[in-house]
Amino acid sequence: MNLETPKKFRSLVTQAHQVAANYFRPISRKYDKAEHAYPKELDLLAALLDGMNAGSPEAVGATSASKRKSAAQEEGVRNGGNLSACLGVMELCWGDVGLLLAMPRQGLGNAAIAAVANEEQLQRFGSTWAAMAITEPGCGSDSAAIRATAVKDGDHYVLNGEKIFVTSGERADAVVVWASLDRSLGRAAIKSFVVEKGTPGMTVTRLEKKLGIKASDTASISFNDCRVSAANLLGNPEIDAQKGFAGVMETFDNTRPLVAGMAVGVAKAALDRTRELLKKACRFDYARPLLAVSHAEATLYRLEAEWEAARLLTLKAAWMADNKLPNSKEASIAKAKAGRVANEVTLKCVELAGALGYGEDELLEKWARDSKILDIFEGTQQIQLLIVARRQLGKSSSELK
Amino acid sequence: MTDVQGRALAMLNRVAQADWPDRLKLRKPFEKLIYSGSRASFRLAAERTAKQGKVPRKSDPDALFDLSLSDEQRMLVDMLDGFATEVLRPAAHDADETASIPAELLNQVQELGLAYYGVGEVHGGMAGERTTVTNALIAECLGKGDLSLGAALLVPLSAANCIRRWGSPEQQERWLPAFVGEETAPLMALAVGEPVLMFDPQQLATKARRKGGSYLLSGEKCLVLRGLEASHLIVAAEAEQGPALFIVDASAKGIERRADPAMGLKAGGLARIRLKSVKVPAENRLAAEHFDYRCFVDHSALAWCALAVGTGQAALDYVTTYCNERTAFGEPISHRQGVAFMVADIAIELDAMRLMVWRACARAEQGLDFQRETYLARLLCTEKAMKIGTDAVQLLGGHGFTKEHPVERWYRDLRALAVMAGGLHL
Repeated sequence: MNLETPKKFRSLVTQAHQVAANYFRPISRKYDKAEHAYPKELDLLAALLDGMNAGSPEAVGATSASKRKSAAQEEGVRNGGNLSACLGVMELCWGDVGLLLAMPRQGLGNAAIAAVANEEQLQRFGSTWAAMAITEPGCGSDSAAIRATAVKDGDHYVLNGEKIFVTSGERADAVVVWASLDRSLGRAAIKSFVVEKGTPGMTVTRLEKKLGIKASDTASISFNDCRVSAANLLGNPEIDAQKGFAGVMETFDNTRPLVAGMAVGVAKAALDRTRELLKKACRFDYARPLLAVSHAEATLYRLEAEWEAARLLTLKAAWMADNKLPNSKEASIAKAKAGRVANEVTLKCVELAGALGYGEDELLEKWARDSKILDIFEGTQQIQLLIVARRQLGKSSSELK
Repeated sequence: MTDVQGRALAMLNRVAQADWPDRLKLRKPFEKLIYSGSRASFRLAAERTAKQGKVPRKSDPDALFDLSLSDEQRMLVDMLDGFATEVLRPAAHDADETASIPAELLNQVQELGLAYYGVGEVHGGMAGERTTVTNALIAECLGKGDLSLGAALLVPLSAANCIRRWGSPEQQERWLPAFVGEETAPLMALAVGEPVLMFDPQQLATKARRKGGSYLLSGEKCLVLRGLEASHLIVAAEAEQGPALFIVDASAKGIERRADPAMGLKAGGLARIRLKSVKVPAENRLAAEHFDYRCFVDHSALAWCALAVGTGQAALDYVTTYCNERTAFGEPISHRQGVAFMVADIAIELDAMRLMVWRACARAEQGLDFQRETYLARLLCTEKAMKIGTDAVQLLGGHGFTKEHPVERWYRDLRALAVMAGGLHL
């Protein structure tokens, strides 16, 4: 048993940390202020990352989280793309969550493509920057209630509907859209489609102004008789009542640990900075009982313990994915724990640093705003609890609503 | 090699003569375990011969992140899980009520040979190079049966671990063989905690003063697990150069023992022990070359944490069944989010506790520093284990408050995590 970062990922972690410290941090406040301005600095970085990933089987970033296993069966325990992606994301979000989310080709749309696309689609969309469009004005967590429709017409599908909260929806080259082939058939009929930018009938209707992650654009997109090639339907076009929705949901088993990793990263940023600020007032020697140290020091120990727990749960979920162990419950456990811990840690750090923490001279207040979304998107805290509870109690979604 | 095989055969023979493994359907897993134990030792011995003269490696720098148990660990867990469910759990209520451990149970545990895992192979045991995780798994399994009984039954293994790790070669030679002998080993209790407010195990009020060839120990120890029945005590005391451990004859002059009943841990036979200028021969001071008191304290904290992980698992399993069976307003109460979310939170925090404990233990046995990891694991376990204890009672409502269910006992026992120092040693 070993719970340390494996040696083979250490250089990846160091590289990601360098990017976070020297590339993200210096422009962090700039794009927090300039909401909706595209961080052009990211193009160069994305190209660099693409190059790195092309040359290495252990890639950084979102798409590596769901890379299929190579044909050759490996013996024994595996540390692969899910674990390396989580470790990389943790470091990059120590730099800036918003900038990571704004990174070209690193979005959740790309993770979805990597997870469910067939070989031909992988070839075609592999280098496309894809955003993810699930949420609608009338449906958030209840993704089975999606109203957007896709109607087959010859060798095309015709899409209609409204999508909101699409991260990088305006900047990306394409959007992965969830729509129903037949609303009377419920979840099983929901499929995802790749809609390329400029496809007639697809319009970005507005950009949100948000609490945090302002470097990352959040778009509303409407689809009016938007015709998409049938070849752009990701995965199997058949409506399979057994598998259908589960297939779409499988993406989450890979992406939730990633979002948990983002939470772990931003929480670490706040912890590190607060310890730095309080180093004269605290010893941080992990020696005296909690009762005997100052309240500030005790609080930081407690937050660090929570953070460490969230980090380990995240690595566990990713490790299980790498080793092809079913991890839906663990992915939700990681997401639930990391989401709430990151929010608590970043908010508490503002409090611990007082006026300094609340002011804009420090990034602590920004991290406390950025962290909130991590307990919401990719399934809210409450949705994760529902999933964990259903698995633990052996209940269906109709029993435990 | 023949030694190791002979040892396994001797153990198997003892179990073969007992009838309780059959009654409890434990014979198969137990036999499998002994077989694999001997096989593992065999392999180890072979490896050692092959690599003779090499410095024992510390941690494996190429090790992958890996949460899986070894085959031997998995079999050990299977066997102890059965023991916890079939033997410990049914005995727990009465043990708590009467504040004692049934004699039959003590015999069964002796036959299980847990102390073998605390004694090195040279002294007739099965402890190899890396033992901390396996010890934590043992504690976790016993804690799943019952925290209080589990703690009490871990005392011999803890004492063996303590002497193996912190004793000089001569001291190991003198004390360890008894733990794996035919006769029942002398019971040694670990006395660390003291009855003062804001107790810090690094600041001991118990003093050891050197006088000629002896030390004179004075002070007071509290909540000493099995301290009343122990024939020997391993006492932590401040000596001239910092804290030290002394093996003390419990019947020595100047020792006064009385029961020290508490909120929980009733089966643990807790004792208050006063030492008044107790004369201890200097050779009874544990004298390993690399003696590290702080590390000793950490190994103790991890033992309590591992027990709590087991008890937390017991609580999760118990409330899962209960909330599915208990109906209100025409459906199981588990169909309500208010109830279901509490269960989900128990599952989440329990998993968190387990990973924190495993990480600290894995670092310890790899020879990495584990002070920070232990500190954080203890902090998290103290808080979350109590939350699990109180939520388990809450989920059962008024029924949880009664002795009809084990949750009120776990509630009392889990509070101990915050206050116990010493007593156990992984």
